[in-house]
Amino acid sequence: MANKSVWSDNRFWRRSATWVTGFASILLIWLTFDTSAQIAMGNDQDLKNGVTKRVPGPTVINYKITYEMSAKRGHEVPIIGGNDGKGNSLFQQKEKFFGRDDYSEEEAASLLHLGKLGSQAKNCMDCHTLLGNGAYYAPDLTKAWLDPAWGPNGAMQALTGKNTKEEAMAEFLQHPDQYPTHARMMPDLGITAKEAKGLVAFLKHMSSIDTNGFPRNFGHMQGAINGK
Amino acid sequence: MANNHLTSESKQLATWYFTFAAILFGAQLLFGLVAAIQYVMPGFLYGILDFSIARILHINALVVWMVFAMFGSVYWLLPDETGIETIGIKIGKLIYWVFVAAIVVVVLVYLLIQVGPADATTIWFITEGREYIEAPRWADWGIVVVALTFVANLFLTGMKGKQTGIVTVLMADMIAFAGLYLAGMFFTDNISVDQYWWWWVIHLWVEATWEVFVGAIAAYGLITMIGAHRKVVEMWLWIEVAMLFGSGILGLGHHYFWIGTPEYWWEIGALFSALEPLPLVAMFIHVLYDWGKTQGAEEEKGNEASVINNKPAFTWFVLNAFGNFLGAGIWGFFHTLPQVNLYTHGTQFTSAHGHLAFFGAYATILVGMMYIAVQGTNGIKIMKHTKASIWGVSMITSGVVGMTVALTIAGYVQVLVSRAQMGATWAAYFDGQSGMWFVQAMDWRLIMGAVTFLGFLFLAKDLLTTGKNPVHER
Repeated sequence: MANKSVWSDNRFWRRSATWVTGFASILLIWLTFDTSAQIAMGNDQDLKNGVTKRVPGPTVINYKITYEMSAKRGHEVPIIGGNDGKGNSLFQQKEKFFGRDDYSEEEAASLLHLGKLGSQAKNCMDCHTLLGNGAYYAPDLTKAWLDPAWGPNGAMQALTGKNTKEEAMAEFLQHPDQYPTHARMMPDLGITAKEAKGLVAFLKHMSSIDTNGFPRNFGHMQGAINGK
Repeated sequence: MANNHLTSESKQLATWYFTFAAILFGAQLLFGLVAAIQYVMPGFLYGILDFSIARILHINALVVWMVFAMFGSVYWLLPDETGIETIGIKIGKLIYWVFVAAIVVVVLVYLLIQVGPADATTIWFITEGREYIEAPRWADWGIVVVALTFVANLFLTGMKGKQTGIVTVLMADMIAFAGLYLAGMFFTDNISVDQYWWWWVIHLWVEATWEVFVGAIAAYGLITMIGAHRKVVEMWLWIEVAMLFGSGILGLGHHYFWIGTPEYWWEIGALFSALEPLPLVAMFIHVLYDWGKTQGAEEEKGNEASVINNKPAFTWFVLNAFGNFLGAGIWGFFHTLPQVNLYTHGTQFTSAHGHLAFFGAYATILVGMMYIAVQGTNGIKIMKHTKASIWGVSMITSGVVGMTVALTIAGYVQVLVSRAQMGATWAAYFDGQSGMWFVQAMDWRLIMGAVTFLGFLFLAKDLLTTGKNPVHER
């Protein structure tokens, strides 16, 4: 009589399941260590020393941020404080944020902390997406800071009666029902002036995160619809 | 309950879990309808029950009813599998009421308080504001206690009674399921780190541990409903576990394409998540093959009667086999490669996939378990379809498929107009949303949502009344 084949043996499959699961789990844990190191938040020294981090430190709010093509990476990357011409950040050009570009590490960190807490306390991601995750009832906020609508040529500064991007955003967040951009309006969530400032800092910081080119072409396509 | 045929306390507790699960299922659909109406009529309940709140309730009710029905399923099958009464069932029953009370409080706070100031008290007592796991921190700890009690019930019973392959898989799976919840219980200012661990809960639940759970339940169902051979069923189960965890654990990488994490997740996520549909094919074949095999063996003996002793439950189980493959497998694969996902990430595409996958992979089989419980509770030998059961399953299924098709079309519009053509800005977003095809798709989604809800009413009526229906063989 032939021996029973291992392929129809429950024990063999149980062991296989255990080994496969164990192997996948160990690989995931190992990758988690590597990824955690790479996505740990940078600090002010990194910015001053020109060290590019995937998630820059909170004082990135002192710098001008843009989203530009990197020939090497093959997609857009956040550029902090000016472009060296090859898609690398220079960390030089500053930009005023509520009138200042000299926030200390503590000040910037506490603004970011307030903003991140606010983003959760107001359930932002149950209408919007952050880094593409959340609900689809309102625009993605990943690079909202870089949206031309809030810039000098956009509609939002005039609409809110403010002269800077951050002030226009903060004003909108406090009274969204007064500035409708669509029949679908953001409700008034009781956001205070202080919270709004934190939220804008959170948005500016988020726009500096290296998201591997997501969203593609953000803010670079204007008036393309209907061939205009 | 009059004429209750249950002698096992564990099964009794299971029926409690199923009952509350069914109520939450109804709530899920109701709040889903509110959110769907808001897409069509943005002024609907504006400032009273805004979209964000309706959606929180929609998706939280979804997760919680499924967890309830999963716990119920385990309490139901434990006495059958282990041959003994569940150990610590008194504490299990007590914990059930704690769980229900906590959920009622959480829901009331969602409804009445909604949002809070940007500080830690909001996170602890109102909302954590993280999709799917918005429940405030105090409730998180409550869930941990509840889950630990449940896991203790399962482990103590599994170790003392007969430890079948199904019980062994459930023990390993449920400890991972409970443990993973801890990954979602901390606050960080770093949104990339936040989402990295958030996905450990969401993905490793629904694309790993829950899927393995479904494999175990399907195995139990095949044995109890058609008398499939345990050795064959359990061998398949182990193969499925290997394939599900082998692909699903590292398939987590497909959520790490764009959240700040390194590029190597493109390759890892693409490869392993592309493999994720394979075990779902295996599960589909498993169910249909075992059915045909068992029926064929009976026919050879000259027995022409169906081998199925619970028609409605088996219908839902077969729907599960197909729906899991279609919703999780095909609709998931559609947008899992980074080259596609760059444009589909964060669009109605994801929503289309979410609707069909949660329904196909989980809702179906859990409703099937509810029918098995109705059968057992009423001492029915062969349970048949009723008009209501057929209307229920047909309307719910066509409703969900209709919503999925509508959302897929809406997703296409978003991908092409808002993303590819316009570059994803605020204005681009609303250009897509205002497009005629998007608007029509949202109308159809609402209509199909209403069909789903009507189907649910039939289902609820059937679950409540079919037990006493004389059509069944007792």
